[in-house]
Amino acid sequence: MIGGLFIYNHKGEVLISRVYRDDIGSQAADSAVFSSSGPFLGERLGGSVRNAVDAFRVNVIHARQQVRSPVTNIARTSFFHVKRSNIWLAAVTKQNVNAAMVFEFLYKMCDVMAAYFGKISEENIKNNFVLIYELLDEILDFGYPQNSETGALKTFITQQGIKSQHQTKEEQSQITSQVTGQIGWRREGIKYRRNELFLDVLESVNLLMSPQGQVLSAHVSGRVVMKSYLSGMPECKFGMNDKIVIEKQGKGTADETSKSGKQSIAIDDCTFHQCVRLSKFDSERSISFIPPDGEFELMRYRTTKDIILPFRVIPLVREVGRTKLEVKVVIKSNFKPSLLAQKIEVRIPTPLNTSGVQVICMKGKAKYKASENAIVWKIKRMAGMKESQISAEIELLPTNDKKKWARPPISMNFEVPFAPSGLKVRYLKVFEPKLNYSDHDVIKWVRYIGRSGIYETRC
Amino acid sequence: MTDSKYFTTTKKGEIFELKAELNSDKKEKKKEAVKKVIASMTVGKDVSALFPDVVNCMQTDNLELKKLVYLYLMNYAKSQPDMAIMAVNTFVKDCEDPNPLIRALAVRTMGCIRVDKITEYLCEPLRKCLKDEDPYVRKTAAVCVAKLHDINAQLVEDQGFLDTLKDLISDSNPMVVANAVAALSEIAESHPSSNLLDLNPQSINKLLTALNECTEWGQIFILDCLANYTPKDDREAQSICERVTPRLSHANSAVVLSAVKVLMKFMEMLSKDLDYYGTLLKKLAPPLVTLLSAEPELQYVALRNINLIVQKRPEILKHEMKVFFVKYNDPIYVKLEKLDIMIRLASQANIAQVLAELKEYATEVDVDFVRKAVRAIGRCAIKVEQSAERCVSTLLDLIQTKVNYVVQEAIVVIKDIFRKYPNKYESVIATLCENLDSLDEPEARAAMIWIVGEYAERIDNADELLESFLEGFHDESTQVQLQLLTGIVKLFLKKPTETQELVQQVLSLATQDSDNPDLRDRGYIYWRLLSTDPVAAKEVVLAEKPLISEETDLIEPTLLDELICYIGTLASVYHKPPSAFVEGGRGVVHKSLPPRTASSESAESPETAPAGAPPGEQPDVIPAQGDLLGDLLNLDLGPPVSGPPLTTSSVQMGAVDLLGGGLDSLMGDEPEGIGGTNFVAPPTAAVPASLGAPIGSGLSDLFDLTSGVGTLSGSYVAPKAVWLPAMKAKGLEISGTFTRQVGSISMDLQLTNKALQVMTDFAIQFNRNSFGLAPAAPLQVHAPLSPNQTVEISLPLSTVGSVMKMEPLNNLQVAVKNNIDVFYFSTLYPLHILFVEDGKMDRQMFLATWKDIPNENEAQFQIRDCPLNAEAVSSKLQSSNIFTVAKRNVEGQDMLYQSLKLTNGIWVLAELRIQPGNPSCMDLELSLKCRAPEVSQHVYQAYETILKN
Repeated sequence: MIGGLFIYNHKGEVLISRVYRDDIGSQAADSAVFSSSGPFLGERLGGSVRNAVDAFRVNVIHARQQVRSPVTNIARTSFFHVKRSNIWLAAVTKQNVNAAMVFEFLYKMCDVMAAYFGKISEENIKNNFVLIYELLDEILDFGYPQNSETGALKTFITQQGIKSQHQTKEEQSQITSQVTGQIGWRREGIKYRRNELFLDVLESVNLLMSPQGQVLSAHVSGRVVMKSYLSGMPECKFGMNDKIVIEKQGKGTADETSKSGKQSIAIDDCTFHQCVRLSKFDSERSISFIPPDGEFELMRYRTTKDIILPFRVIPLVREVGRTKLEVKVVIKSNFKPSLLAQKIEVRIPTPLNTSGVQVICMKGKAKYKASENAIVWKIKRMAGMKESQISAEIELLPTNDKKKWARPPISMNFEVPFAPSGLKVRYLKVFEPKLNYSDHDVIKWVRYIGRSGIYETRC
Repeated sequence: MTDSKYFTTTKKGEIFELKAELNSDKKEKKKEAVKKVIASMTVGKDVSALFPDVVNCMQTDNLELKKLVYLYLMNYAKSQPDMAIMAVNTFVKDCEDPNPLIRALAVRTMGCIRVDKITEYLCEPLRKCLKDEDPYVRKTAAVCVAKLHDINAQLVEDQGFLDTLKDLISDSNPMVVANAVAALSEIAESHPSSNLLDLNPQSINKLLTALNECTEWGQIFILDCLANYTPKDDREAQSICERVTPRLSHANSAVVLSAVKVLMKFMEMLSKDLDYYGTLLKKLAPPLVTLLSAEPELQYVALRNINLIVQKRPEILKHEMKVFFVKYNDPIYVKLEKLDIMIRLASQANIAQVLAELKEYATEVDVDFVRKAVRAIGRCAIKVEQSAERCVSTLLDLIQTKVNYVVQEAIVVIKDIFRKYPNKYESVIATLCENLDSLDEPEARAAMIWIVGEYAERIDNADELLESFLEGFHDESTQVQLQLLTGIVKLFLKKPTETQELVQQVLSLATQDSDNPDLRDRGYIYWRLLSTDPVAAKEVVLAEKPLISEETDLIEPTLLDELICYIGTLASVYHKPPSAFVEGGRGVVHKSLPPRTASSESAESPETAPAGAPPGEQPDVIPAQGDLLGDLLNLDLGPPVSGPPLTTSSVQMGAVDLLGGGLDSLMGDEPEGIGGTNFVAPPTAAVPASLGAPIGSGLSDLFDLTSGVGTLSGSYVAPKAVWLPAMKAKGLEISGTFTRQVGSISMDLQLTNKALQVMTDFAIQFNRNSFGLAPAAPLQVHAPLSPNQTVEISLPLSTVGSVMKMEPLNNLQVAVKNNIDVFYFSTLYPLHILFVEDGKMDRQMFLATWKDIPNENEAQFQIRDCPLNAEAVSSKLQSSNIFTVAKRNVEGQDMLYQSLKLTNGIWVLAELRIQPGNPSCMDLELSLKCRAPEVSQHVYQAYETILKN
């Protein structure tokens, strides 16, 4: 299991160090590799651990080459790391741990920290170091991850620290039963005057297109994010236009199959928040759950069939001699004219030896950004079934570099008010048998947002 | 209020000041002080001097302060064990606190204080906490048992904590169950023999119930534990699979991967014909693809695992090629892994798409990635014959870019393409030669020299080219030197007149001026060969080379099977067994896939089905130094071997090794010549003349074995058995047996007349049978058979008769006619009479075929009580035309890799595991792989018959 957890700043200084097992570091660094590490931590940290800490700093954070693997084995010690802005989180072990679990834990750790104090930065970590130690003590025991649901943690690890004398016995046992219970993500006795829920269907549409307009790969990865403000322990049931469900129901009423069959979508795969009863989904394909309070991600899904590609990019790159390139890019919007796409940005890469660029665009603003080696063309809004165009002349400095320019793909960003996969929420029913509010009393909001994921066209 | 100010105190006398503050009366001030202490501790300052003062703050009802003090204690208790005792009282008291949070905190912290004296005091509180009414305390106590076991295993056993822990598996709270499972699994790992995790259908059922209810992490612990269980039969396996499958939709990737591990493992036990098997295969693909939309670090873990899964069961992801296309912004580690999987999935159906992608990648920025992409194009050419032409032209385009590393990489792969498709693409040699000067990497130089040497007759200035390399001979790497030596010898044999001087030059460079034993030995052998018999030299050096196999760098099957058991863990990320990177006793227990349970086909001899053997007892095979077979496969791509790789295992392989690729590699085929070093290389070799004896004998051994003459003695013959009793055939008794000698099969019959009248006019006929056995001559009984007379007849058989599959496979129905009547009987013939003399498979071929045959076709058997060592086994089998292709010694076990071919051209591959020197365990383990798995059972019987007689 995880032997220790360290948090470093970008310079490689340790901000947090929590050691769970003695085995790490015992021999991690008896080699001379670390003689170069300088006196920074020198004799300060207790012997063996220092070695592990140093080993990671020297071999990963200060490594000359970019990171070649998120798992590094140094002297029989394995280091898992993730980076958030310029903070490094590293888990250390000497055993054959479940690697996927370690990374999932590190992400979770970031989520929990973010839920407590916002952005993960050096300043925030220093400001909250006591809290972080407290969290680490709670969510990782002897290297085994424990309940890490923020909702549950916040009941007994608060930023002020709890005063034990203020808790009644019932409160205490409520906390412990929630932390260890079957519904570890929700506490009992939640009350709202107004029962309300928000559903956001957030999709990112990914595309890789050849210069000739052939779709090389396309998929939508979507998330259903729910914000629930519901009293008690509400039992919820979520329904969408899943092809398998619709076809199953459609068997009874033949005419409806033809109607709804068209609108249903084929979901390649989906994963759910731990509150969803997976065995029920597996047997009946129904999505039922008791939601955590507040915001959470109900499900993720992936579709590859019948995706609506909101934009089409048509590139034309012509090399005029050795010192000039002509680029013309047309974008076409491909959705209902009544809808508006927003925050459109097209990024056209330019060669490294570009000396000057002239741009003409019909709509929006375009700029050559030398630091990013790209022409960035921004359009605030664009309605469906429209077309726009940009043309640019790129002057190049003559070089004697033999290697041709790699021509990175043209990428695009946008936001559209519909789900490119075609997913529709059919219902979200709420039952709370103990309290006196019914499904009708719950105010529900649904919103669809389609964003670009990696939306690239090769040129 | 922020905590960062605690980091900034750097004044002198700081410790003194802190001491004062810690002893302050004001609670707030105390807390502030402890925070400062912890801050100093974090940045690595030594604040151990404050130990007594901090411990004094421990008795507080402020939970935050308590936690801080505990944190301090965990860090420094070890360096101040005597003082740590001071804290014990408070711990014991806290374990009785009415607040469960405090009870749990105390027991959790106590377990982290690794001081022997404290652990004694820990026992009582721990015992109480394990039975606490509050689940939160119990789940913490469960982990604490593992902590205590780590400090003092004996104590845990003596105090009976293990039993309490086992009871917790039946706890009503799912999280307690999960933590107990985690703790038990860890403890069990350090006691491989103990039956701690006594998994049985009941406890498995409990775990599966808890699986639905516990946290995501708990689900991982339980799934990882389930993966160690071996269901008793395929039905149980299926029912567990059914209950694990819903986990594939969990948002936590680790849960998904652990579920995949359980499914991949238990699937081994399911019959392929089952509908459920197909359903399961289909269910596995989508979640694996979904893992690729996780964060990059997890993608990396997932891809490393998919790489294993694709090798084990290619059918799962064969239609998912597109998802492995590289995205421009993927981190480099994701890109490289995706590329690997793309090549594995490449097939005729998708090759066009793959090639288009690879061509894109070859123009990217990252050097490693570009190289790998170029190499991948070459591998596609070798793998998918139809694409070879396009691949070669793509490679030529890339060479035209003149980018140095692209050119070098392309030349290395083109060499392999030449090997795979001889006499097809040699027209490109001219283009290659243009780039001779730009090659600066050993591998590329060696490849180019190989090409020049191999095609010396088509390159006009081959001698000039090679000569130019010779100038800096001593500065070249060994790889290039060896290749240059071989190349020039080849050139000499092809154009002897012009190149005599050159060859002498290189021979003397290699033998006299070099201190590399590989090079020197190879030089001597060439020299000797050329001076004694140039014709023989030509035959050896210019011998036809075996084709290279299609798949490269596959993981060795036994290792692959082990790694499948470690899906999701570090072992699967490193592609190494845990013993390779975990120290000490942990994780060295080898895991292996469960054997397929007895299915109806092989039910006829139930005692042979190895269903009863639990996988834990099957010793597993991990090659001692990397995977030897894999290395041999990789000869052409592998890293240069520096120095003499005279390892024990390769020496033991001895002559058998040379039989296969060894000769080739020695005589100028492979650029490194790993095989060559195995054999002579007497370190004392000084001058060619003194070498006569050892080399001479060595070589003759070599030829002896290769020609496969040692098989003349004929295969094992069973004693005659009565086939047709006299009672059933009106007085005619027929007994007989089958023999195979020097390639011909015969049926040795003994006819006895037990009737009272003379028998004449004998004739024999066979019904159609599985292998087309038929009499090659009429049954010749020269004289009439008088009463009580016996004749012996040998009836030659052919295998060209008509074929019909019989049940059992080796059933032969015979009709014998005489003047009295026609009689029918049936007999079973031993399969080894069908093993042909040319059943020895080339080593590379063997490997490729082994991998190529799906694992469902693998059958495992045990041959009990066979007290033979590897040599005896090998020679015994060889006389019955079962040939040893390779032999290895792994962890004290001999592994024999054997091949045999049936008269109808079916190859059977075998892996035989022998544990020498252990009189109590004389069982051999036999794994058979064959494209027609129905023969395996009979081959096994043949093995048994041959070995036991």
